[in-house]
Amino acid sequence: MFLSVATTYRPATDLGFLLHKHPERVHETELAFGKAHVFYPEASETRCEAALILDIDPVGLVRGRGTGDGLLDQYVNDKPYAASSFMSVALARTLRNAMAGTSKDRPALAATDIPLEATITPLPARGGEKLVRALFEPLGWTVAVEAVMADAGASAARYVTLRLCGLGRLSALLTHIYVLLPVLDDDKHYWVGDDEVAKLVAHGKGWLENHPAKALIAERYLKHRRSLARAALERLAPEIREEEGEEEEETATAAPRSRDAGETALETPIRLNDARLDAVVAALEAVEARSVVDLGCGEGKLLARLVRERRLARLVGVDASTHALERAARRLKLHQAGGPEGRLSLLHAALTYRDQRWAGLDAATLVEVIEHLDPDRLPALARVVFGAARPGAVIVTTPNVEYNALFATMPPGTLRHPDHRFEWTRAEFAAWVRSIETQYNYRAALSGIGTVDAVHGTPTQMAVFRR
Amino acid sequence: MSDRSALRIDMPDFALVVLIGSTGSGKSTFAAKHFLPTERVSSDDCRALVSDDETNQAVTHDAFDLVRAIVEKRLKNRRLTVVDATNVRASDRKAWIELARRWHALPVAIVIDPGVDICIERNKDRPERPFGPGVVRHMVGEIRRGLRGLPREGFRQVWRLSSAESIDTATIARQPLWTDKRSDSGPFDIIGDIHGCADELEVLLRDLGYTVAWSETDGERSVSVTPPPGRKAVFVGDLVDRGPRTPDVLRIAMAMAAAGTAYVVNGNHDRKLMRWLSGRDVKIAHGLQESIDQLAAEGDAFKARTRTFLDSLLSHAWLDGGRLAVAHAGLKAEMVGRASSAVREFALYGDTTGEVDEYGLPVRLPWAADYRGNTAIVYGHTPVLDAAWVNNTICLDTGCVFGGRLTALRWPEKQLVSVPAARTYFEPVRPLAPAADGRSAQAEADDLLDMEDVSGRRWIDTALRGRIVVAEENAAAALEAMSRFAIAPQWLVYLPPTMSPTETSTQEGWLERPEEAFAHFRERGAAQVVCEEKHMGSRAAIALCRDAAVARARFGTVGGESGAIWTRTGRTFFGDPAMNDAVLARLRAAVDKASLWQEFDTDWLLLDAEIMPWSAKAQSLIDSQFAPVAASAQAGLGAATQALAQARARGAPVDALHDRFTARVVRAQAYARAWAPYVWPVSGVDDLRVAPFHVMASEGRLWFDHDHVWHMGIADRLANADQVILAPTRWRVVDLADDAACADAVQWWEMLTASGGEGMVVKPRAFIVRGEKGLLQPALKVRGREYLRIIYGPEYDAPENLERLRRRGLGGKRNLALREFALGHEALTRFVARAPLRRVHECVFGVLALESEPIDPRL
Repeated sequence: MFLSVATTYRPATDLGFLLHKHPERVHETELAFGKAHVFYPEASETRCEAALILDIDPVGLVRGRGTGDGLLDQYVNDKPYAASSFMSVALARTLRNAMAGTSKDRPALAATDIPLEATITPLPARGGEKLVRALFEPLGWTVAVEAVMADAGASAARYVTLRLCGLGRLSALLTHIYVLLPVLDDDKHYWVGDDEVAKLVAHGKGWLENHPAKALIAERYLKHRRSLARAALERLAPEIREEEGEEEEETATAAPRSRDAGETALETPIRLNDARLDAVVAALEAVEARSVVDLGCGEGKLLARLVRERRLARLVGVDASTHALERAARRLKLHQAGGPEGRLSLLHAALTYRDQRWAGLDAATLVEVIEHLDPDRLPALARVVFGAARPGAVIVTTPNVEYNALFATMPPGTLRHPDHRFEWTRAEFAAWVRSIETQYNYRAALSGIGTVDAVHGTPTQMAVFRR
Repeated sequence: MSDRSALRIDMPDFALVVLIGSTGSGKSTFAAKHFLPTERVSSDDCRALVSDDETNQAVTHDAFDLVRAIVEKRLKNRRLTVVDATNVRASDRKAWIELARRWHALPVAIVIDPGVDICIERNKDRPERPFGPGVVRHMVGEIRRGLRGLPREGFRQVWRLSSAESIDTATIARQPLWTDKRSDSGPFDIIGDIHGCADELEVLLRDLGYTVAWSETDGERSVSVTPPPGRKAVFVGDLVDRGPRTPDVLRIAMAMAAAGTAYVVNGNHDRKLMRWLSGRDVKIAHGLQESIDQLAAEGDAFKARTRTFLDSLLSHAWLDGGRLAVAHAGLKAEMVGRASSAVREFALYGDTTGEVDEYGLPVRLPWAADYRGNTAIVYGHTPVLDAAWVNNTICLDTGCVFGGRLTALRWPEKQLVSVPAARTYFEPVRPLAPAADGRSAQAEADDLLDMEDVSGRRWIDTALRGRIVVAEENAAAALEAMSRFAIAPQWLVYLPPTMSPTETSTQEGWLERPEEAFAHFRERGAAQVVCEEKHMGSRAAIALCRDAAVARARFGTVGGESGAIWTRTGRTFFGDPAMNDAVLARLRAAVDKASLWQEFDTDWLLLDAEIMPWSAKAQSLIDSQFAPVAASAQAGLGAATQALAQARARGAPVDALHDRFTARVVRAQAYARAWAPYVWPVSGVDDLRVAPFHVMASEGRLWFDHDHVWHMGIADRLANADQVILAPTRWRVVDLADDAACADAVQWWEMLTASGGEGMVVKPRAFIVRGEKGLLQPALKVRGREYLRIIYGPEYDAPENLERLRRRGLGGKRNLALREFALGHEALTRFVARAPLRRVHECVFGVLALESEPIDPRL
């Protein structure tokens, strides 16, 4: 909420002409969310500094917006205080001409590189100092970053005071700040629509095209919109939001977003996901299944493979997350003409509840699913799947925890995904498989998926149950 | 055909009546005369419904889809239904037979055949129907050719009206099904499988208050049984075989049936003996030989009477206004009060797969585990060690003939009475054994919850607030939260309701004060309230059992836990199981010391409590949300103030702005201090503080009928019993008519909140209070000024902010609080009454679903 621009160009007070703001006055601008004030803490021949401070109305900001999808979804919020998209908006409103590079009285100076300094605080730097540098340094600015409250806990420590200095046009400095503030905050206070794309293109002209982090800038600038159903869920399970938040930290450099991003990153070098899907598809072929239910189908990665298998006459995807099912429906083009509707259906259900809708199919798959259940819920899942639905075959895959020792980047004692409630050794998995065999009268074959290690086995283990 | 006496068509009051007749035969006229408009489903009407033209032959397919759909829904709802269509060919009629079978309705055919000429004549008067004489002749011919085949097609009654006069004069009389004894409300004594054990039966009848008097005339033994006034016996079948005195058991049953003091439903053994008596070829096994031997000593007359009696037995008895059904091997919900061979088979043999188990006994499907009906089903057939309710069903076969007991159920008292067998008369093929893990039969059945128990739009009937609706999208949100994050449903028998704040204060500088809470309850007729210090921690529901065996037996859990602690959203409170166990152990010791187990005559308790510090659960919230606000507010406002000071120093006109920002910095600093009292590090169980404030339930009872003075008394005793982790709650009773007492309580609240307290909760003295406009809020919270800063933000109390924040609506929050209160109460009521888990779970699921409704979280 504090931004200042200073110059040591002489006479420094010419800054007032570039900003169209008289150094001896206080300039107040009414904004939708409060007021912006521009004044000059310093205005001498040798140095002139203009400050833009925001007086955001914290109550007006959240009034009447209780649905989680409005202006702000948290009532106690750093938005009135941190330098965020509000600052960008204020910048564009109060210093429009300066940003555009027009000056009535000093047109030549506006087009000239002059010594400039900018201070922004507190800047929420999601992605850390590294990202701040990655964003501003390629644009020619010297960057200094200082934490505002280093002792205030992990999240609070992301606020920094950013100082930029260098030789450049004032309009370039302001435009860079304008675009990159919301990128660092990774959030916008307003709904992002098509016009926002146009804005980005216009403001990024001449510098964004060649910026090495342009993909990240574009993605963060055009914040994704969450559905209403998602908002309702988040009220109950805030970690669903946190899960995504964590991944963003990990994948700060434009990796694809998904709820399994962390796990994917870990396992990518061995292309485990592909190997897993190959193995499951092969196993389904071996049991000659014509109808398959994918339990815990998530975003439909396996279903997308299975849809291509012509011999499968009926496919069902089941997941407890409506959000995942929405994404699966899009991935599978379920509701498009010519899509697989009729052959494929997606059901919202939890695997600890019996469900007639998917009972009695040829095969069921539980691909990397059981480890997301608390161990005391596994008997309920077993009873629902093996006892009540009784598919002809059940294919189960789960991580082999022994193999984690070979993941170099993995801290010891952690699991592959924050939501994993357990990961089993080969012996533990085998014991569970045996108990299912006797209890529900299935026969199972155990195997491994991925590169075999002599000591630790394969990264993924698989059991194929048949009746 | 000179006999012109009018035909009386007798049919059950639940049947599928299929009219068969050519166009112009007068079917619709006949149907209109004898059946309600809603009972008649006409193909012509359905043609009109889908095409606005009742003669449109092009929409036949769609029209019949509609007819079938309506017929099916009516049969599902056990409504007599008439299909008004020509139904000329067997293939036309096949669908109706299938539907009747599926819903166990008696298929009745009524053939309307006034003669070809009349039909042709009538069609001439209906120019909109282009059916020429050829069509009519063809139809009538086809109907007449098919007549003899109708019973074979599956019609259980075929009535033929073959003249205009007989059609005109026929009458229809509807009779209740033979099994329909709903008008008899008993009371009943329902007696399990006897298998010839007359000694035990006599003792049991006497224990139930019946007198059994034997006499002998002309060498013929006879018996007379006098029930207690008004009572009747119901035998669940299997009177015969295996035991020593089958003829005497038959004498008792026959005498009572003849006297109208007993209903007898058919058992598989009774049926087999009847078939043997009828000279059928039956395999003599499973104790039939004993009956045959004992009957050999009886005269032929007795055998004949026995045969007639056994042949007359009911497949099941539907009693007491539909609340009770007795069937030998049980009954599915959709079979109750219906008749078909499938119903009779099921009632005799249960849901068998056709396979046999290791003992050579038929493998039975667990129909009772899936039972969801409102009618209580009492049955026998499968010997069990103890009679126990499972999903509103109970098996009374406690294996008397195998040396077990003979058991009776008193209805509607639901009281079990049993007598032990004098000895083992017959060795069971499979030994009777108790469940190995100490769990109840209901717990076994409960392991399998069904999606249908929780998904979609739901209506839950509650004792406190009638029917509560849960919207589909809220149920969907709850499904993911429940299945991914909540503890096992066996533990999760309760979720606490949300609590509304008091009405907004009108006093300058305040958002909430106690005066409004007192006025709220005073205006609604409460005389006294209890004010309780509001601890700033996290809400926790605690199920505490004396040991793991109690947990398995009462909660039906599968693990070795002896209790559970969960949050408002049903998650385990402590991620660390060791901490969980340590807290439970300390609580158990405190309950031991306070002697509550003995006092409440229970071995488990359900407590509602607050667990501190707040940071134990909320540290991530503090770190991710509150601390960043504090840090950014102080940094941003600080930088601005500093720059303003600099500008002021050089003479820029920023005085007003500087003053304003200086005040803002002060508020930001107050915010940063606001949660300090609620945060401390937890390195072990001794760092926690648990403040219980309600005893929700214990074995056999809810404690909602005790006032909060009593609940606080229990809380005080617990706090005394462990002065380290059990935190006392300061509380006081306030007489709302006493102004001085109210003022005193306000002062007390000011003192509490000034010294860092969150505030207080004001409750009507009684737990459940109804005023003129219905249920009162069970509690209102009155939060302190600094605590509200955490919730509403650093600058909420700046005059221009407070003025706007005062305009807050509490209606939605209050309504939600009442609905959740009623659902929580209902969940516990059901749990205490040992209702099936799904019935408890649906209420708890409902609370979680309601919590996903959008309500201002600051309230």
